[in-house]
Amino acid sequence: MKLRPRTVASLALVPTILLTVIGYYVSILWTVGLSFTPSRILPVARWAGFDMYERLFQTERWHVAYTNLYIFGGLYIGFCLVIGLGLAIALDQSVRGRSFFQTIFLYPVALSFIVTGLAWRWLLNPTTGLQDFVRGLGFESFTLDLLSSPDRAIFTLVIAGVWHSAGLTMVILFAGLQSIDQEIWQASRVDCIPRWRMYWHVVLPMLWPVVVTCLVLLGMQVVRSYDLVVVLTGGGPGYSTDVPAKFIVDHYFERQNVGLASAAATLLLLTVVALFVLVSILRRKGAAT
Amino acid sequence: MSTRPSMIGRFGLYAFLLVTAAFFAIPLLIVFLTALKDSDEARAASIFLLPGSPDFEAFRVAWLEACIGRECSGISGRFWNSVIITVLSTSISLLLASINGFALAMWDLRRGGLVLGLLLIGAFVPYQVMIYPLVRIFALGGMHQTLTAIVVVHVLFGLPILTLIFRNFYVGLPPELIKAGRVDGAGFFQIYRFIVMPMSLNVAIVAGIISVTGVWNDYLLGLIFAGPSWQPMTVSVASLSATASSGVPEHNVNMAATLLTALPPLLLYLVSGRYFVRGVTSGAVKG
Repeated sequence: MKLRPRTVASLALVPTILLTVIGYYVSILWTVGLSFTPSRILPVARWAGFDMYERLFQTERWHVAYTNLYIFGGLYIGFCLVIGLGLAIALDQSVRGRSFFQTIFLYPVALSFIVTGLAWRWLLNPTTGLQDFVRGLGFESFTLDLLSSPDRAIFTLVIAGVWHSAGLTMVILFAGLQSIDQEIWQASRVDCIPRWRMYWHVVLPMLWPVVVTCLVLLGMQVVRSYDLVVVLTGGGPGYSTDVPAKFIVDHYFERQNVGLASAAATLLLLTVVALFVLVSILRRKGAAT
Repeated sequence: MSTRPSMIGRFGLYAFLLVTAAFFAIPLLIVFLTALKDSDEARAASIFLLPGSPDFEAFRVAWLEACIGRECSGISGRFWNSVIITVLSTSISLLLASINGFALAMWDLRRGGLVLGLLLIGAFVPYQVMIYPLVRIFALGGMHQTLTAIVVVHVLFGLPILTLIFRNFYVGLPPELIKAGRVDGAGFFQIYRFIVMPMSLNVAIVAGIISVTGVWNDYLLGLIFAGPSWQPMTVSVASLSATASSGVPEHNVNMAATLLTALPPLLLYLVSGRYFVRGVTSGAVKG
């Protein structure tokens, strides 16, 4: 018997469907289910209601980690957008050596967060790093002891993260700028409108969908930020730079607290869902204006 | 372009570009300079000083002798682990993703949109929500921390974006291609193999770059699913710097190992140029 090619096309999707349904959706439901059990090292199937969530909310470390998600996320996304937009606009001024500059701005995107974290930990080390360099310039009392300060260590994550990802934002926004109709510039010349006002009032609103896309991409990096934290600060000093992604992995695989970790993972999932609702509102708002 | 910019504005523009370029370039240069130093110099002298007698000794030590945990045979073994994981994951993902993309784009399947939707939604869920059940599933199948496990998770998490890239490319192909193939009596896989595949080189390069950099640079999945025998390079480099500080810190070796880890994706970036840019931006284009 010979199958119709269209039937074969459907069958060709079966491995992927199986892989996604089991890998994604069964796993997600399983995790949500585990969050309602008192599982420790191994999963147990006993109903514990919202006990794990209550315990989670009483855990100081979770509060720090969850707050850090927004501190790190806000600063990281903000700086990436500002620097990325600045660079994209600068490169759009028909500068010489544009591809050279673009190559330099974008190369960190090719590197892993592990490499990024190791490089910046080395740069920020207090004995031979940046602090020592600035002191050598004559500023004897200069301190850049970011890594060992519980209040400020989070900024090292922001610096390293922005270094890694600002180029990505630049290249996406630059592609957006290039796709804008060049006739608006002729129109602005006729009306004698300064360039910066054109960017602020005309170009930026036109770029809005691209900006939202950047927001989504950067937001995903924030939610997933695990590697950078592990290498650069290890979540410390103490747990001052912990993030949910690290909290969850630690509680699953080191602290043998599967129920609590699952509750945290479920909350992280809900956060992503909430952010997506926010993004779709932002999209619609951009489309409406 | 339109109004002739003033000299001062032009100067400010280039000053801004050069300062930012320095910010982006310096960290990697410092890593490279440190790797060229000997261990005393790397420990004591400022990171901004040029090495007194630059050599590649630190790279040799990192490659062949550096200790990861108790084992002191360098990161070369881990390098080949990463190579094998990356090659296997990328070839399987590309094959699967292009077949998916072809089926979803050109055959007008019932519920095709649903399949793509399910795939793409999964791409936005953080790994942390899925890793523990996946570990249990692999353990049930007796595959926990094997090459199979790490390759399967890489394929699983790579499929959404890669399928989307292939699908978006195939949607733009003329439907006559398939009709012509059908008239000649060719089936799904024959049309895929002899008509569609030869046209897919460019899009496969873009997808391949995304996959290779993604898999090579991964840390979390390698840490959890690869186990000690298939530990990828990122995981060992991260723990290498942790152990070196226990005895005499050898920053030059750490930095050499870091650089060796960074080298493959960096070379890929420099060689592939525009393809890389298309790769990182294609995730941004709406599907």
